[in-house]
Amino acid sequence: MSRLPSDTPLKWGLRIIAAIAGTIVLLIVLFLVIEAIPALQTVGLKRFFTDPSWHPAGGTEAGTFNLIPMLVGTILVTAGAILIAAPLGIASALFCQYYAPLRLGKLYRHLIELLAGIPSVVYGFWGLVVLAPLIRQWQPPGQSLLTAILILALMILPTVMLLSESTLRSVSHSYIQAANALGLSRWAIIQSVVLPTARGGIITAVLLGAGRAVGETMAVLMVAGNVVQMPDNLFAPVRTITANIALELGYAMDHHRSALFVTGLMLMAIIVMLVGFAHWINKGHVYD
Amino acid sequence: MTNWTNRIATVLMWFTALLVTSVFLWIITDLLRQGITHLSWEFLVTAPSDAGRSGGIGPILISTLLILGVCLLTSVPIGVPTAILLAEFSRKGHWFGRLIRSSLDVLAGVPSIVFGLFGNAFFCFYLGMGFSILSGGLTLSCMVLPLLIRSTEEGLRSVPDDYRQAATALGLSDAATLWRIILPAATPGLIVGLILSISRALAETAALLFTSGYADRMPQSLMDSGRSLSIHIYDLAMNVPGGEAQAYATAMVLIALLLIINVATSWASTRWLHGRISL
Amino acid sequence: MSKKMTYIALLQLTIISISMILSGCDKHENAKASEIPQLQGKLILTGSSTVAPLANEIAKRFEAQHPGVRIDVQTGGSSRGIADSRRGTADIGMASRALKSSESDLTAHTIAMDGVGMILHQDNPIKSLTDKQILDIYTGKITHWSKLGGTDNPITVINKAEGRATLEVFLHYFKIKNENIKPSIIIGENQQAIRTVAGDPNAIGYVSIGTADYEASHGIPIRLLPINGIKATVANVRKGVFPMSRPLNLVTHGKISPLAAAFIAFASSSQINDLVEAQYFVPIAQ
Repeated sequence: MSRLPSDTPLKWGLRIIAAIAGTIVLLIVLFLVIEAIPALQTVGLKRFFTDPSWHPAGGTEAGTFNLIPMLVGTILVTAGAILIAAPLGIASALFCQYYAPLRLGKLYRHLIELLAGIPSVVYGFWGLVVLAPLIRQWQPPGQSLLTAILILALMILPTVMLLSESTLRSVSHSYIQAANALGLSRWAIIQSVVLPTARGGIITAVLLGAGRAVGETMAVLMVAGNVVQMPDNLFAPVRTITANIALELGYAMDHHRSALFVTGLMLMAIIVMLVGFAHWINKGHVYD
Repeated sequence: MTNWTNRIATVLMWFTALLVTSVFLWIITDLLRQGITHLSWEFLVTAPSDAGRSGGIGPILISTLLILGVCLLTSVPIGVPTAILLAEFSRKGHWFGRLIRSSLDVLAGVPSIVFGLFGNAFFCFYLGMGFSILSGGLTLSCMVLPLLIRSTEEGLRSVPDDYRQAATALGLSDAATLWRIILPAATPGLIVGLILSISRALAETAALLFTSGYADRMPQSLMDSGRSLSIHIYDLAMNVPGGEAQAYATAMVLIALLLIINVATSWASTRWLHGRISL
Repeated sequence: MSKKMTYIALLQLTIISISMILSGCDKHENAKASEIPQLQGKLILTGSSTVAPLANEIAKRFEAQHPGVRIDVQTGGSSRGIADSRRGTADIGMASRALKSSESDLTAHTIAMDGVGMILHQDNPIKSLTDKQILDIYTGKITHWSKLGGTDNPITVINKAEGRATLEVFLHYFKIKNENIKPSIIIGENQQAIRTVAGDPNAIGYVSIGTADYEASHGIPIRLLPINGIKATVANVRKGVFPMSRPLNLVTHGKISPLAAAFIAFASSSQINDLVEAQYFVPIAQ
């Protein structure tokens, strides 16, 4: 575009506003750090990993601050949800693009889009009043690791499916036609042409799904049972980092409150790593 | 052998689609069946009573709309100019644009509960807004900003370069080109961004728990605490024995609202766009 | 044209600054309003989810008598009530326990008495439990109802999250540490404990007697157990014989506004005894 001198105020105005938008992340980190400092100074980062348990209300001396069970809870819930949602989501995307008749494929995608729009609190509510009682009849107490995994899987499946599908759509038709001409079966084409080409996009879709699972709060809070412990089986209750913040922030004071901001910083760190990883994979793919 | 794997794959694909469809139809029919019985005009306009077990959601609807209003009134004036800068005035690979983009990418990934922590520390305590509709709306505003910028930017980028060249040839200034030609052409992208932001803001719960608060009364100003629809569902589901019927009905209202906004805005945007093109 | 854009930029800066100033303004007005003899302004109460429903009812009656007054009641647990009143985030805190020695900078105004009782599902055949049995259930020594003469199902042990006064009252009476409790589900508010027990015939929990009585009388299938042979009733809390009882307090810090003082005087008077009784608490004002 032309850059006329008369437009300089406009550009400077835009730059200032854009700078405001860009600083919000820094502001968030700044305030998390400010609030986390009291706990980091008096409790120290080490005790968040070495204390015997999580009972932070007792104060800095008597209280205990072990985060590991909740970190493990977050990892298990996320991993479980991905293990279910990734294959189902990718298969759903393939179904839409290569298996379903045109109309049916469209209808299926609309259904998934509808589900992507259902708020997490509604999934959590449904999990609490329908799914948890069903699981309780089988293996009490019902609010468990499994319930949380199932509900989260339902929630991130649309993310994985819709993002994978848009990548599949960008796979060049000429590749597929060439493979078709070679007389390859449908599955063979998908295996040898489609999936390798779309790999980067699909991995990104799964990573973004994982990001959503790590950050999800309400649905997990409502169905996981929220006991701070290393779960010894799928039917044991767990508490995730996010659920812990939602459960305790309203009631927390002083160092307890500060400790919750430390966990918030950790969540930020996990997310930055996931975003960075997704960037890295996408870039690697662009150049190969 | 290959034939067999091909067949198995086909069966698995159809099975997946069937499984996913049936699980989701189960959820949707369950929500519909339980929700609709309680739905009425009365329910939409009256105040909740007995902790929400009876009465309706009148004040909660108002609070929700006010939170949404604050969110859009603050995010649009920041988001749209940022998108314009990124799409129109920032050379590819320039450090400023790259920095802002990666900062927005991280912002897009921040979990909603972390927005809640931030909003609680910054808006509620540091700026002294307390638990209020204003705190909640501003927190949501930070949250929807990346979404809004991303889709507006895409809308701007989809405007053909011919338009810009033609405008330059006519001797229009950057601002005039932007205002008269590019922004109107980029409107659909902006509207998509608005829909996504509204949907995300309406669905949000965790970021509001500790910013806009719980009060289920009719708000009298933006400084009053107000309960959003999503928090109402959460509260009824978790803290009110016998509140399920009302929670179902509220969930129906929330989902219906999301659907109506989606359909209405996309209808309006195509209509408006056609009007522009026929000029 | 470029002017237009700068206007937009200016406009949005104004929005931000207005939003920042607004908060300051509001407080200022409140301070002024409360100096006028006719009561006006806004009060914020935060804290205990046990006290909140009662405070809400009292607030409604107070508002009816003083148009121009608005009282917002927010739940968040006794600890938050204490923290908020200390920090000034709330005008009045609510706490469902007595103040500790470390909280001597605050003033407590007791408005009612309450007890904490154990609850089971209506269909649970167990009629009573000894203190030892309850302790064994909560420390994981007894895991099935069959060991206590009930059904052959595992016990769902409900415990409260950190920071809740009800938890502190419970721990204090049974003389155990929260670390030693082996819960199946952790919950936040009283109502959530009742909701969980009402939905699970094998669950056990502890809640405010007032809240439990209120819900039970509204058809929720839960039942209160006697503690140490003493029935968990409002009458026994009133007589002072029920072991796990506690005061319900309004908490203030330092000098308070005339409006807050008027509200506390009203909440401590006998004018609200019917409200206290309607919530199944024990009134203390004569």
